[in-house]
Amino acid sequence: MKALSVRNVSYRFGAKVALDDVSFDLEVGRFAALLGPNGAGKSTLFALLTRLLVTRQGQIFVAGFDVRAAPRAALARIGVVFQQSTLDLDMTVARNLSYFAALQGLSGAAAQASIDAALDRLDMRERAGETVRALNGGHRRRMEIARALVHGPEVLLLDEPTVGLDTASRRAITAHVHDLAEDGLTVLWATHLVDEIRPTDDVVVLHKGRVLTHQPAAEIACSGDLGDAFIAMTGEGGRQ
Amino acid sequence: MTAYLVALRAIVLREMLRFVHQRSRFLSALVRPLVWLVIFAAGFRAALGVSIIPPYQTYITYEVYIVPGLCGMIQLFNGMQSSLSLVYDQEMGSMRLLLTSRLPRTWLLFCKLLAGTAVSILQVYVFLALAAAFGIAMPPLGYLYVLPALVLSGLMLGALGLLISSTIRQLENFAGVMNFVIFPMFFMSSALYPLWKMAESSPLLRDICAANPFTHAVELIRFALYESVNLWALIWVVAAFAVFLVGALIGYDPARGLIRK
Repeated sequence: MKALSVRNVSYRFGAKVALDDVSFDLEVGRFAALLGPNGAGKSTLFALLTRLLVTRQGQIFVAGFDVRAAPRAALARIGVVFQQSTLDLDMTVARNLSYFAALQGLSGAAAQASIDAALDRLDMRERAGETVRALNGGHRRRMEIARALVHGPEVLLLDEPTVGLDTASRRAITAHVHDLAEDGLTVLWATHLVDEIRPTDDVVVLHKGRVLTHQPAAEIACSGDLGDAFIAMTGEGGRQ
Repeated sequence: MTAYLVALRAIVLREMLRFVHQRSRFLSALVRPLVWLVIFAAGFRAALGVSIIPPYQTYITYEVYIVPGLCGMIQLFNGMQSSLSLVYDQEMGSMRLLLTSRLPRTWLLFCKLLAGTAVSILQVYVFLALAAAFGIAMPPLGYLYVLPALVLSGLMLGALGLLISSTIRQLENFAGVMNFVIFPMFFMSSALYPLWKMAESSPLLRDICAANPFTHAVELIRFALYESVNLWALIWVVAAFAVFLVGALIGYDPARGLIRK
């Protein structure tokens, strides 16, 4: 079974085609970068994966569950980190996480155990008592990633999670999420920055709503530079 | 506790905490009705005597008449404000988080409405306590009976707010909602003057007021404060809530603002 399967998905806003016959599969435990310039359709695809948008054209399966036919089973297996931060700044890290756990219907000792485990995975346990406002941008992001793991998802979706962060924070977060994939989580990481991608990662190149290619980064780069290959493919820049 | 109740409790608690933290919002929510009660009503007192109409059993002063209407006003403002924030900037991110939960979306939106209602009820009780301090007290049991009435009216007004902010794109700021929704609803209701007074000047206006769901919310609150039930108002409020809720659930677009067009 594939962790994530997108089949022939199209979506349009009025006359504008946002996604055009998009298909790809992710194997369990893979780190896949969804690489595309701004406006390629990454956010639209994320909205469809999380069922904020629904399309009749094509199908999306999360761990075997059809997002349209069995939305709750599919959503239960997805963890999401949205591009725009969604934290309560005046509450502590722990409170933010327990609020999220409750939204998933988790409470009591079981919720606490999974919150602690999620914070441990991101090395954020010691910050549980701090208010979010006191954290820097990188730690806030890490907290959001920890939050996305609280309900034990099988697939983690991140929509340009490093936007606005400094280089050190970007590296730390990219490394943390690669570790998660090594532990068996399937990751779909939307980005337009090639330096966040490792040679062994899967890369799905999205351009103007279409999938141009889906293969390991090393093969796309074919012994050259991934950024150059990306620019050659899309005619647009892929560096910060 | 089931998953549904866990989520409900968390959403209501978060909303309450957020409200208590926002001191300026708390203050303005209290000052507004107090200005009406202390200044407006005092000025009007001489101009408008209110004769004996149910649920009152004696002559009452204008300040006494206006209290239930001001409770309704608190809920009207709060309902519009919190529903607008669900659809526009402030809460959009946290709504997205809410909507990717495994629980049904209709339940989560209902929890949000109930949370907004809880905040409005908190404000109403503080206002009633201040009114009592000014010498305008209700029968003791009225303070208890008014609670279910406030739950219903709060839900109805919150659902109306959600319906309006989800479907009418032009009303995307609070000033617009204030001019085109809050003021007309408030003034064309029984909040400030009894309907029979209105009929003296214009029967048409009276009919409009009688069809205004906010009138029925105010009457439901008024009767409950005096330990009785206005059945007609109850039916109106429940029916209006059902209609507004269904419309809001259909009109609500979870992806709003997500895609840059």
